[in-house]
Amino acid sequence: MNDIILQLSGITKTFPGVTALDQVSLDVRAGEVHALVGENGAGKSTLMKVLAGLYKAEQGDIIYQGRTTDVAGPLDARRKGILLIHQELSLAPELSVAENIYLGAWPTNRFGVLKKRELRSKAQAALQALGCAFGPDVRVGTLSVAMQQMVEIARAEAFSASVVIFDEPTASLTDTEKEQLFHTIRSLKARGVGIIYISHKMDEIFQITDRITVLRDGQVQGTLETAQSDVNQVTRMMIGRTLDTYFVKAKADFGAEVLRVEGLSKAGLFNDVSFSVREGEVLGLYGLVGAGRSEAVETVFGVRRADSGQLVWKGGVIAPPTPRQAIDMGMALVPESRKEQGLVLMMGGRENTSLPHLSLFSALSVMNRAKELATFEKYRSALSIKTTGPDQEVSQLSGGNQQKFVLAKWLCAGPKLIILDEPTRGIDVGSKSAIHELIAELAEQGLAVIVISSEMPEVLGVSHRVLAMSEGEIVGSFEGQEMNEENLIDAVSYHRQSAVG
Amino acid sequence: MTLVSNSRSDTFLAVLGRWLLRNHIWSFFALTVIVFSLSSPFFLTVNNLGNILTQGAFIGILAVGMTMVMIDGEIDLSVGAVLAMASALAIGLQDHIGVWPAVLVGLASGAALGFFNGTLVALSGMHSFVVTLGGLIGIRGLVFIYTGENALMVTDFSYTEIPEVYLGPLSMTAILFFALALFFQWVLTSTRHGRETYAVGDNVEAAYDSGINVKRHKIINFTICGTMAAICGILLSMRLGTAEPNAGKVWELWTIIAVVLGGTRLIGGYGSMWMTIGGVLTLAVLRNGLRLLNTPNYVELMVMGTVLILAVALDKLLNMKEET
Ligand SMILES: Nc1ncnc2c1ncn2[C@@H]1O[C@H](COP(=O)(O)OP(=O)(O)OP(=O)(O)O)[C@@H](O)[C@H]1O
Ligand SMILES: [Mg+2]
Repeated sequence: MNDIILQLSGITKTFPGVTALDQVSLDVRAGEVHALVGENGAGKSTLMKVLAGLYKAEQGDIIYQGRTTDVAGPLDARRKGILLIHQELSLAPELSVAENIYLGAWPTNRFGVLKKRELRSKAQAALQALGCAFGPDVRVGTLSVAMQQMVEIARAEAFSASVVIFDEPTASLTDTEKEQLFHTIRSLKARGVGIIYISHKMDEIFQITDRITVLRDGQVQGTLETAQSDVNQVTRMMIGRTLDTYFVKAKADFGAEVLRVEGLSKAGLFNDVSFSVREGEVLGLYGLVGAGRSEAVETVFGVRRADSGQLVWKGGVIAPPTPRQAIDMGMALVPESRKEQGLVLMMGGRENTSLPHLSLFSALSVMNRAKELATFEKYRSALSIKTTGPDQEVSQLSGGNQQKFVLAKWLCAGPKLIILDEPTRGIDVGSKSAIHELIAELAEQGLAVIVISSEMPEVLGVSHRVLAMSEGEIVGSFEGQEMNEENLIDAVSYHRQSAVG
Repeated sequence: MTLVSNSRSDTFLAVLGRWLLRNHIWSFFALTVIVFSLSSPFFLTVNNLGNILTQGAFIGILAVGMTMVMIDGEIDLSVGAVLAMASALAIGLQDHIGVWPAVLVGLASGAALGFFNGTLVALSGMHSFVVTLGGLIGIRGLVFIYTGENALMVTDFSYTEIPEVYLGPLSMTAILFFALALFFQWVLTSTRHGRETYAVGDNVEAAYDSGINVKRHKIINFTICGTMAAICGILLSMRLGTAEPNAGKVWELWTIIAVVLGGTRLIGGYGSMWMTIGGVLTLAVLRNGLRLLNTPNYVELMVMGTVLILAVALDKLLNMKEET
């Protein structure tokens, strides 16, 4: 049972200006879940891309099922039974769920004619094994981020792979979906599949994995038995120091009301949403993925139009703004999906940071490069962003570092209200607390802050007040002593039960 | 629950409505047909409709290949020149090697030029717009060299009778257009190659990560596009009995217009042959109708330009509806 199914030895991979992997060795046993952890930019995704045939390593061997194996490309990897589930979803939005599950490997006859019925029924089976409620014929582009991720995960099921790599799979899943995923992982494990699990969430790592390998600046720091180690030990290996796990909360010193939302509704998305937020206040918006939180704040920001309801900005009723107007008024929205909504991938960090407020960085439309550079440097060090320079294309950055630039770009304009949608998704533990500190700092400077998060400790830790949202409705508002895990869970689950029953 | 399936109450009307929303060009088509039927007594005659189909079919066959390339997110500007090359070879060579071998060489030249375009695009990483713009000029130059700048004439006029086969009012050219369009629609929806086409146009990275050989795939579609252009060129040479070195000039533009009019998107990942058939027919009806009304040429161009922009705007509008 515990034989080694996969062994990486001495893998080295460099990109211009960075050594992403430096003599990395690692082994995975059949039937184990092996965690791979490390800071943003440590090289985790790169290592997995080497394994999945997307990158060629300059040095080192992949020993798979006892033999030195050359993984020629992604298709070859998949044929050999190595399946990578990407950090950034790798789907074709115009194609159906079934077509995406089998992307590039559709069942066909000898002449390349699709066996549609087989495709459909196989996909259906994979979806059912995962407990997905959507069918194989739905167009992927119409699914939410969470559902799209389920489609990727269904590939593991569909391909009966013998090594499955999950690169931050739970970043956008609800607790139920996460439990379903863990269930799947356990059943893969029982079948003797070797699993590599990349995550920044320590609780998950200690819940699901058997061993942990820590990567730092492209080098292996060591491999631990999960049962014989603890969070402190792992973080110390990751970032070279221990972390205090306390959340810093901004001092509760509130000023005037900045935004009030009254009875905002949009059919099918959210209903009768009302709340207000004051200067210096951090308002948490807790709920499960799909509760309509993102949709509601996007509407406030002008990305969508509401059916009814009104906005009061600094005491005056305003017409629904366009995003441009919202930005000019002093709102900032940091969206949850960085790749599609947050960044121009072909531009560098410097240009991305200044993009939403070019007027701040230019005179007579001539860009002030020095000012741009200064701002870039400020946030690079504040958020410890790992990049080779101001003009490195952000498409080349690791997932977590991209997310940090999305934050930087909205922070640097000095908004009056900042809405952070899952601000620490995909961010390593060290930088996570840096972001929490930053949130507190912003509130103490007098900003109104709205934090959307599905992570209970985070939302409780940073907010002064928490709203619970479920199925598009606000189902509870908690402050002070009332603001605790139990009440939030109760509010959300009671509502769901009554909605179903 | 968060994971709701799209349960659709599938009444016939709902299905039709959705189809029309995605294939808005057919509403446009119906509208143009109605307008011209009311304004010209000569429009709605079997004879004229047959003419429209035959005239439209030439651009139509080019559009079939172009659609494949455009769903890939690429473009082929060289189809007009490839067409001229194929027609020149088919006529120029038949006195030396016989009619059918000459036709075959013509076809092969189209396939080869398409293959060449595709290889350059795939291997060089240059955008197909640039590569095929080069093709447009360069291949036309070759045609002029081959023909010695003169129109080539057939010596055996039975060549011009080959396409004179009719099925009712449908000419062989029109039938061939429909057959090719339907065949490639089937390829798009029912074969591995078709799925690859959408996947590559929609999200190249995902396609590559899934092990699709993107380069080979694109080369195949460019080869298909070149072959379609050659078929069109050969049919044209049969119809005219001559091969002009200038044959098919600016046809690449009409082809792109027809495809875009249909609703296939320039950015790739979206489109179908149904849309292209709609675009081709609408364009053909417009040209024919305006001529029947004796509209001056420049007005014709203005109307077509307007229609193109309207159709694309409508597409945008409908899709915004669909998405929010
Ligand atoms: N295509 C590329 N070109 C240049 N540099 C790259 C490229 N891909 C990754 N890198 C660099 O390699 C390093 C490792 O990146 P990688 O994506 O493996 O990090 P990671 O550990 O997955 O981080 P995260 O937790 O943020 O996802 C980073 O410094 C990154 O900027
Ligand atoms: Mg990564």
